[in-house]
Amino acid sequence: METLITAFFNFEILRETAPYLWAGFKMSALLTLVVVPLGIAGGLAVALIARTQFRPLRWLVVFYVDLFRAFPPLVLLMFIAFGLPFTGIDLPAFAAVALAFLLNTSSYYGEIFRAGIESIPRGQFEAARSTGLGAAQTMAYIIVPQATRNVVPDLISNTLEVVKLTSIASVVALPELLYAARQAQSVTYNATPIIAAGIIYLVCLWPLVRLLSRFEHRQIALH
Amino acid sequence: MGKFTQTFLNWEVMAQYAPKIAEGFVVTVQLALLVVIAGVASGLVLALVRSFRVKALNLLIVAFVDVLRAVPPLVLIIILYFALPTVGVRMSGFVATWLALSAILAAFAEEIFWAGILAVPRGQWEAARSTGLSFVQAMSQVILPQAVRITIPPLTNRTIAITKGTALGATVAVGEILYQAQTGYSFSYNPSPLTLGAIAYLILFIPVVWFGRWVETRFAWKR
Repeated sequence: METLITAFFNFEILRETAPYLWAGFKMSALLTLVVVPLGIAGGLAVALIARTQFRPLRWLVVFYVDLFRAFPPLVLLMFIAFGLPFTGIDLPAFAAVALAFLLNTSSYYGEIFRAGIESIPRGQFEAARSTGLGAAQTMAYIIVPQATRNVVPDLISNTLEVVKLTSIASVVALPELLYAARQAQSVTYNATPIIAAGIIYLVCLWPLVRLLSRFEHRQIALH
Repeated sequence: MGKFTQTFLNWEVMAQYAPKIAEGFVVTVQLALLVVIAGVASGLVLALVRSFRVKALNLLIVAFVDVLRAVPPLVLIIILYFALPTVGVRMSGFVATWLALSAILAAFAEEIFWAGILAVPRGQWEAARSTGLSFVQAMSQVILPQAVRITIPPLTNRTIAITKGTALGATVAVGEILYQAQTGYSFSYNPSPLTLGAIAYLILFIPVVWFGRWVETRFAWKR
């Protein structure tokens, strides 16, 4: 027990490394605030473009979605972080992470919005158009708000995954929470910072998990 | 264009590292299969244990599920691989990745199976028990077959998402596709191995993504 406390829950070490962890936490929060809205906007765009009458464009969107759903996010991130500089485009780590996340998460959010839009009955489109709204107006004021409401649990679930996923940015040395914890561990030779990082994720995301668990039970029970 | 192919599709480099990537391909498939088997099986066991409704046990299961849904997979892998050795528990990167991903899949699968079991109407239970079936018989022959059917689409999607996490093994030196690609890249200082790795992932996961799509439509409930 004593060894466990000094190895994992060492208060001395925690106090010493707290400033690093705090800086890492702020970076993780910033990253989340950038990639989540970007992913949602991209996903909505993907879902809307997927409805176009112009077939080649539709195929292109399906290709895009399947392609980026097939790549593990870390593979995509490494390809962008290590491969792209060879083309002369040398993105800073933050931008590389944001780009990888945009490509990956917009295809997931896109699938969710697509399902949401498909859940809206045709009559809604027809009624909206017959009142004189244009196609874009119909989408913006009638369809998308209802579609979004129908897929709120999936949106939250995906957002939770995206927030957790930001930890892979540590692999390309972006100083977010996990990276800071790893650095702190290698300086202090003590695992407390990593355990602390795990606990920070747990404390921040646990309310979201509870909320989702409730949604999911209701969703399956409705079948 | 010549420079582009020289950089990203350099045949010489690709030919040199193709055997390594193929090795990595086998490791990724092994790891993914082991994760799916262990994760889904333990998820089902946990859901069944939960159905006995022993309070203390259920609290433990809910805690296990919540923790594993809130903590990022990479953080978990890092804890198993870098933190546990400081208290004398050592494991290979392969085992750490397998354990972390299996536990996460088990948590998600438990939630999904449990929601499925709850979704079967009470009348089914009562009817099954009143015909003289025992609790275990009613569960295995009446409730589970119905519950599993509803759970197949969400479970398939979750399983696919988690098996893509095998790429995270690259961070703890598991010789899977991404690790081999990354090693090849740093030895040759040419991103062609990364391209090859990306292609390997597409070969592996595009059919899996399509399978997931098919399952969703095949098991979709008619409204």
